[in-house]
Amino acid sequence: MKRLTVRKTVRRLAGFLKGTAAPYAGALAFTLLGAGLAMVGPLVFRFVIDTVIDGNAPSLPPFLVPLYEGLGARDYFVANLWLCGLLVVVVNSLSGAVDFFKGWWMAIVSEQTARTLRMELYRHLHDLPYAYHAKAETGDLVQRCTSDVETVRKFLALQLLEIVRCLSLVGFSIGVMAALDPTMALVSIAVTPVVFGTALFYFRKERAAFQAYDEQEGKLSARLQENLTGVRVVKAFAQQAFETAKYREGNETLSALGVKLMTIVGNFWMMSDFLCLLQTAAVTVLGTVRVVDGALSLGTLLAFIAYMDTLLYPLRGLARTLADAGKMQISLSRIEEILDEPAEPDDSHLLEPRICGAVAFENVGFRYDDGKEVLSDVSFSVACGETVAILGPTGSGKSTLVHLLQRLYDPTSGRVLLDGVDLASIRRGHVRRNVGLVLQEAFLFSRSLKENIRLPRPDASEERVYDAARTASVHEDILAFEEGYDTVVGERGVTLSGGQRQRVAMARSIIRECPVVVFDDALSAVDTETDARIRSELAARRSRATTFIISHRISTLAEADRILVLEDGRISESGTHAELIARPGLYRRVWEIQSALGMEDEAAGDGTEGGGAA
Amino acid sequence: MNAFEEKDFSEKLELGIWRRLLSHAKGMRSVFVWLGFYMVLLAALETLGPLLTKYAIDRFVADGNLDGMPVYAAVFFVVTVAQAVCIRFFLVYAGKAEMGMGYRIRQAGFERLQQLPFAYYDRTPVGWIMARMTADSNRLAEIVAWGMLDILWGAASLVASAVAMFVLDWRMALAAMAVLPVLGYASVYFQRRMLKAHREIRKTNSRITGSFNEGIMGARTTKTLLREDRNVEEFAELADGMYRSSVRAAVFSSLYVPLVSVLAACGSAIVLVYGGSRVIGGLLLMGTLYAFISFSARFFDPIRHLARIFAELQAAQAAAERVMNLLDEKPEIVDAPGVREAFEATHGADPAGWPGMVGGIEFRDVTFAYGEGEKVLEHFDLVVPPGQSVALVGETGAGKSTIVNLACRFYEPTSGAILIDGRDYREYPLHWLYSRLGYVLQAPHLFSGTVEENIRYAKPDATRAEVEEAARLVSAHDFILKLEKGYDTEVGEGGDRLSTGEKQLVSFARAVLADPCLFVLDEATSSVDTETEQAIQHAIVRLLSGRTSFVVAHRLSTIRNADRILVISGGRIIEDGTHRELMRRRGHYHDLYVSQFIDESVDGTGPRT
Repeated sequence: MKRLTVRKTVRRLAGFLKGTAAPYAGALAFTLLGAGLAMVGPLVFRFVIDTVIDGNAPSLPPFLVPLYEGLGARDYFVANLWLCGLLVVVVNSLSGAVDFFKGWWMAIVSEQTARTLRMELYRHLHDLPYAYHAKAETGDLVQRCTSDVETVRKFLALQLLEIVRCLSLVGFSIGVMAALDPTMALVSIAVTPVVFGTALFYFRKERAAFQAYDEQEGKLSARLQENLTGVRVVKAFAQQAFETAKYREGNETLSALGVKLMTIVGNFWMMSDFLCLLQTAAVTVLGTVRVVDGALSLGTLLAFIAYMDTLLYPLRGLARTLADAGKMQISLSRIEEILDEPAEPDDSHLLEPRICGAVAFENVGFRYDDGKEVLSDVSFSVACGETVAILGPTGSGKSTLVHLLQRLYDPTSGRVLLDGVDLASIRRGHVRRNVGLVLQEAFLFSRSLKENIRLPRPDASEERVYDAARTASVHEDILAFEEGYDTVVGERGVTLSGGQRQRVAMARSIIRECPVVVFDDALSAVDTETDARIRSELAARRSRATTFIISHRISTLAEADRILVLEDGRISESGTHAELIARPGLYRRVWEIQSALGMEDEAAGDGTEGGGAA
Repeated sequence: MNAFEEKDFSEKLELGIWRRLLSHAKGMRSVFVWLGFYMVLLAALETLGPLLTKYAIDRFVADGNLDGMPVYAAVFFVVTVAQAVCIRFFLVYAGKAEMGMGYRIRQAGFERLQQLPFAYYDRTPVGWIMARMTADSNRLAEIVAWGMLDILWGAASLVASAVAMFVLDWRMALAAMAVLPVLGYASVYFQRRMLKAHREIRKTNSRITGSFNEGIMGARTTKTLLREDRNVEEFAELADGMYRSSVRAAVFSSLYVPLVSVLAACGSAIVLVYGGSRVIGGLLLMGTLYAFISFSARFFDPIRHLARIFAELQAAQAAAERVMNLLDEKPEIVDAPGVREAFEATHGADPAGWPGMVGGIEFRDVTFAYGEGEKVLEHFDLVVPPGQSVALVGETGAGKSTIVNLACRFYEPTSGAILIDGRDYREYPLHWLYSRLGYVLQAPHLFSGTVEENIRYAKPDATRAEVEEAARLVSAHDFILKLEKGYDTEVGEGGDRLSTGEKQLVSFARAVLADPCLFVLDEATSSVDTETEQAIQHAIVRLLSGRTSFVVAHRLSTIRNADRILVISGGRIIEDGTHRELMRRRGHYHDLYVSQFIDESVDGTGPRT
C-alpha cells in the first residue's frame, strides 16, 4: 500500500472538508478558548491560598488590580470566599459551554465529511468501468468504504482538533508557568522533550507490531473464509480435526502477536508515566525547598503541580494522536486508491440514435491491459431481428465479444457498428438501454422478487411483471413461495437455486424489451426442458429483437439463424446448423459427441422403444 | 426473513449474556487475578500522589524546615517507580486478557462451525458468519478485557479517593460529594438518550455496509441494467439518515461531558469555599485542603468515563448476543450418547480398525422437512443393494438433493429410519460413515494450496504416486501436467486459477483417492467445454463402478451409466428401473428422454435417419 504524502493528505482532507468551513473555524477558535480557560482554575486556587488564606499581596495582572482594590482587598475575599467558589464554577461552566459547541460543530464537520466520502465512493464505484468490477474483491472494497471511512471520520471528529488542543495546552501552560516563575518553569519543562521523544519512539515500534498483528488477522480471516465456503468438502472428507488444528495454529500466532503489541504499549506507558511522575516529584521536592526558603509562594507551587497535568499528559497524548494520524493516512490512501481509479469517461456529447438492432463487427480486436489478446480480427454482420448463437471453448472470448455489444468494454482495434453507427460514438447509457445483457452469474438484489424483476423499469405494472416471469418460466416457482412476489431474496432473504436465479434475471431482462438482447450462457443452470420452453416462449413474444445466445447446448445453437464458432479469439466457423455439420470443425465435433449419446442409446434401446425421436 | 438484520435489543444491560461469555474464559483465572492485583495496587498508589503533596505542605512548608527532605524525596521516587512498573504489568495483563478472550471465542466458534450441520450453512450466509467471527469477536474480546477493566478500575479509584477523603476529614468528604445525587440523576437521563441514539446509528450503519456490499457485488448487473443513478439516489437517503442520527447523538454526548465537568467544578468550589474558610479559621491544615481539591477533581473522572463505557457495553451487547447465538447453535447431527462408546467396545478405539461398509442402503418410511417447513419427503421407501449406482432425475426442487443429503446423514430423517447394511445409521458413529463417504458437489470447491495438496485432502497420508494414480483414473493427469508447475501449481483462493471443468476433475481425483464405499455426485449443469466434458464423463464412470452411489443427474450419458434410475417428483419416486425398463414403460421418463433426445438431434439430420 502506497502511503500518501503529508502534503497530499492535507490537501485531500481539505478538499473533503469543503463546505464545512464555518463550523470548522468555530470549533477551532473554541478549542483555543477552551485551552485558555483550562489555565484559569489553578490561578484561582493560587489566589485563594496565597492571598486569601496566607495573606500575601496578590500578584494579579494589572487590569484586575483596580477591581481587587475596589472590592475591599483581602478582607473582602476572606468574608466572601464564596466569590472564589463561584468563579471556579463560572470558569468551568464557560469551558463546558465551549466544549459543547466545539463538540456539536465538529460532529457536523466530521459527519458531513463522512457523508461526502461515502457518497463519493458509492457514486464512483458505480461509475467505474465493468473491467474494474470483473476483478474487484468485494470484501476488501467494502472494508475500505466502511472501516476506512470510519477511521477518517474518527480522525476528523476527535483527533484533528485534539492536536490543536494539545499544542495549545502545552504552549499556554509553559507561558503561564514562565510568567509565574521562570526558574520553576525551566525545571517543569525539563523532561518534556524526552516524554515526546519516548512517545514517538514507542509508537514507531507499536505501528510495526500492529501491522504484523493486522496481517496475521487477515490471514486468519482468509483461512476461516475458505473453511466456511468449503465446509461441505471438509465434512464430506471428515477433515474437521485437520481444519481445526490448522486454524488453531493461526489463532495462536495472532494471540501471541497481540500480546507482543500490548507489551510494547505497556513498556511505553511505564516509561512515559515514570517520566511524568518523576517530573511531578522533582517539581514538588524542588518547589517545597524553594517555598521553605521563601523564594516561592505555596500557591504558586500548587499551581505548578496542577500545570504538570496540563503540560505532560497532552504531550503524551499528542504522540498517540500523531501515530493515529498515520493510521488515518493509510486509510485515506486506501480510499484514494478507489477514487483514483479512472471512471468511465463522460460521454454526454455522444449520439443517442434510434436503434433497430443491426449489428456489425469490423475487424474487431480486444486485448486486456496486461496485453493478453482475447479477440482478434472478428468480423460478421447481423440483420435486425436475427438470432446469432455463439459456441466456443472456455476462454475463447465469447463473453468478451458480447460484452463489447453493451460497451462494457470498447474494442482495442476495429469497430462495432449498431445500425451502421460506430458504437464508440453512441452514449454508453443509450447503448445499455437498448442492448439487454443477461449474465451467466445472475445477481439478485436484497429486495422482493417483484422489485427485482422491476429493477430496470420501476414503473412497470404488476401485470407486466407477471407476464415477464411467465415467459421466463419462473412464475410458478415464485407463487410457490409463501410470500409470492413479495418474497425477499439475496443476502438477507431467501436463497434461490441457481436455475431460479437465472430465470428471475431472464424475467428482469424481458421486461426491458430491448431491440438487442444478449444471453451470456444465461440459462446454463436451467434444465434442458425448461430452457427449451423459455426459448419457445421468447420466440413467440419477441417479434424483432436481434438476439445473441452463448450456449453449449446444440439444441439451442441449432435454432439460430446463424452460428459463430469462436476459437482462441477468432471466428473459426460461421453458418447455419446444416452448413456447419456438413464440414469438419469444432461445431461438428461437438454435435457428434452430443448426438452420439443418442445414437448409442438407439443401439441399446433398439426395437420397440427405439423410435423415441420419431 | 430478517434474522440477519441488526435486532433492536432491549435497553437494559443483560448480565446473563456477559456471564455466559465469561464462561468461555476458562483457564484464564490467573490472568484475571493478576490483573485485579495490579489494578488495586495502582489505584492505591495513585491515591498516594495528593497525600505526598499534602505531607510536603503540612510538614516542610508549615514547619519551615527541610529536615527529612532526602527521605521524602526517596519515598516519592520509589512511589513513582512502583506506579510506572505497576501500570506496565497492568496493561500487559489486560492485553493478555483481551488476546486470550479473543483466542477462545474464535476457537470455540470455529470448532462449533465444524460441527454444525449442512442445514445451518443452507440458511446462514457465509458473510454473516465471517462478521461474527472477526469484527464481533474482536469487539467482545476488547470490551471484556478493557470495558470490564475500565469499570472495575473506575470503581477502584472511586473507592480509593472516597476512602482517602473520609479518613482525612469526613465533613469535607461529605461536602465534596454533595453534588453526587444531581450527577447520578443527570447521568441516568443522558445515558438513556445516548444509548438510544447510538442504537439508531448502529442500525443505519449496518444498512450502509449492506448497501456497499450489494452495490459492489451487483455492480456488473447494475451496469448492464443501467441502474447506477437510482442506486445512488437510494444510497443518498441512507447516508443522509446516518448524518442526521450521528449529529443528534453527538449533541447528546457533547452536552453530557461538559455537564459532568461543571458538576465536578461545583464540588471543587464547595471544597474550596468551605475548606478555605476552615483553614482561615485554623480548623483545617492547608495540605488537607490541597488534597481535597485534588481528590474532588479526580473523583469525577471515572464517572465521566463510566458513562462512555456503559454506552460501549450496550453497543457490544448486540455483538455478544450474535456471537453467543453462534456458539450456542446446536450441532443437530451428533452421535447419540453411548453410540461411539458401544461401537468402540465392539470394534476397538482406533477408527483404522473399524469394519468396512458393505454398502446396502435402505430408506424406511422416511419423512423429512427442513426445520418447521413443508415436508419435502413423506413416507419414502427405497432399498439400494450394495454396489448399485442410482441416478436421480426430476425437476429442480423435486427432492433429489434432499434424498442424497439424507443418505449421507448431512440431514437426519424427521421420522422413519435410514439403514446402512441393515442397521439404523444413527447406531454408527458419524465418523465411521463420513470417512467412508465420497461426495462431489455441483460447484466444486478447492482449497488454496497446490493441486497435489487438494487431491491429497481426502487422504492426508497418500503418497505422490497414489495422488497421480487417482488423477490418471479420472483423466486429470494430462491437464495437470500441462499446468505451469504440474502438481505443485498453486490453485489460488477457492481454486480460482483453474477453470470450472478443471476444478471438477481435481475434485473427482480427490474423491477417487478417498476410495469411498458410498459415493454421491451432485452433478453440475454448468457448461464446460466439450472435451473437458468427455473427461468428466469418463471420470464419472470410473467413480460409479463397483460402489453404492447416488447421482443427482442432468446429463443423459450419466443417467444411462447408472444401474438404476429413479424419477423423483414432489418427494416421491414416480418411476424406478433401468433405462430400458423405463423407456418401455413410456411414462414420465420416456417423455423426458424423448424431449431431450429430440433436443439433441434437432432437425432430422441427426444420427438416426
